[in-house]
Amino acid sequence: MGLFRIFGVGYVRALDGRRGMAIYHLMYRIGVLALQGAVTPHYPHIAALNEMGGAEPVEVRHAEDLAALDGLILPGGESSAMLRIMDYYHLREPIGAFVKSRPAWGICAGAILLADEVTNPAQFSFGALPIRVQRNAYGSQLDSFHAQVNGYDVAFIRAPVIETVGAGVNILAEHGGHPVWVEYGHTMATTFHPELSPDTPSPMHRRFLELCGA
Amino acid sequence: MAADCKSARVSVRRFESYPTHQPLFLFCEQNRLDIIMNAKPTATSPRNLKTGLAEMLKGGVIMDVVTADQAKIAEDAGAVAVMALERVPSDIRRDGGVARMSPPELIQAVQKAVNIPVMAKCRIGHFAEAQILEALNVDYIDESEVLTPADDNFHIDKHAFKVPFVCGATNLGEALRRIGEGAAMIRTKGEAGTGNVVEAVRHMRQINQDIRRVLSLDEAELMTEAKNLGAPYELLHEVRRLGRLPVPNFSAGGVATPADAALVMQLGAEAVFVGSGIFKSEDPAKFARAIVKATAHYKTPADLLAASTNLPAAMRGIEIATIDADQRLAKRGW
Repeated sequence: MGLFRIFGVGYVRALDGRRGMAIYHLMYRIGVLALQGAVTPHYPHIAALNEMGGAEPVEVRHAEDLAALDGLILPGGESSAMLRIMDYYHLREPIGAFVKSRPAWGICAGAILLADEVTNPAQFSFGALPIRVQRNAYGSQLDSFHAQVNGYDVAFIRAPVIETVGAGVNILAEHGGHPVWVEYGHTMATTFHPELSPDTPSPMHRRFLELCGA
Repeated sequence: MAADCKSARVSVRRFESYPTHQPLFLFCEQNRLDIIMNAKPTATSPRNLKTGLAEMLKGGVIMDVVTADQAKIAEDAGAVAVMALERVPSDIRRDGGVARMSPPELIQAVQKAVNIPVMAKCRIGHFAEAQILEALNVDYIDESEVLTPADDNFHIDKHAFKVPFVCGATNLGEALRRIGEGAAMIRTKGEAGTGNVVEAVRHMRQINQDIRRVLSLDEAELMTEAKNLGAPYELLHEVRRLGRLPVPNFSAGGVATPADAALVMQLGAEAVFVGSGIFKSEDPAKFARAIVKATAHYKTPADLLAASTNLPAAMRGIEIATIDADQRLAKRGW
């Protein structure tokens, strides 16, 4: 993994009208779906990925924000609310197309959205990741807990449980007998919240940047 | 920051084979700096599960409901949580008398009906009501001025509970006192049940102003500021370090239309509580959807226009000046 992905030299014009020669490098553009939920906590983690070649967070609210992204994070929040907001703004199709063909990482509610099948109750999901997920499997907020996942402190907040995984799914971490961190091709899911940990960047953000091609 | 990212993208669009090219010395460092400066890292430690749930509710709408059916309407419209109540604030205001915690069976019915978090209110200082709500497994407790205070001097010691609390605040001092007592989320104390957003706006602006002032003070001035605000000194330090409240800051009280929700969001609220505004409107389901839409895209005027169009009548609303001073809820809290 190099310091930067690509170097180049060119003549550029900035929006403010300045012109000049510039050295380029390719920054990874990591989108965070910003319809609702824990969006901004990802930014310091993404900014801290600099030593891996540089990454910048991009707020994704509209379909056109999906252009030129290297990967998309579907953050924690309420999956039913996110689905509803996607319906209001006709985002199910563009986001579904993106997560099925490009690197995507679902966290908690995001993992529910990426799954093949959702239970408790059954609801729509994109089917980008062959896992079956049970919503709120641990119970209410009083059953939320923190734990170490591969040596990193994380929070499970009203978390779902990955009940079964399909063929080809790589289990990166388990907790209490259930997979909590899985990947399948360039699609990743965690049922916990590494973005809430102050130690940046989290190993999960590092792994996701690798899935994005770093 | 979004603008910076966009400008960088536009400026390099000509290099089609490298759509994400960044000119290094012209923009990159500035860009990175902007990202780091504007990212507002959330200092939520993984141990703090209480603020963690508030993070998950950001950008969403929390709706007051009085029945399981209303809770279902709220969830279907895209609410991120519901507040289970016996009466919505406008009815509490109309009926008078002592307003207390909702009956447990009502809260349980709401919990059964939905999968999103369920919150409930207890009276200021009434830690026994809070204990009952915790035993009921609610996801958040609102120690609320909307109910009749049970203690006219003290609030609940919220550190003693595992369930997180949200509390109202009209200024930075009040917010930090509540956080000092253990609140994991702050909301404005707009006049609930009036459908009039003016008080929520005042509180949001006041907290923003107080924070800006704290950011301008030097070390020596901070202690006197703590004294003047009536705020814990350590938390004031924390505010200066973060440039914002140490816990998520939501808006509540008087939000009645999609435009109201967008207004408080643009003023810095991170999510919106809507009380009487939805179920006292002519078509609650439609209103609920419109407010969720507006809150999600609060920065895009075209989307706000769409959310505000073809809506039935909003709740009627009350001019604050017509409410007797001793009937104003924002004064409750110490």
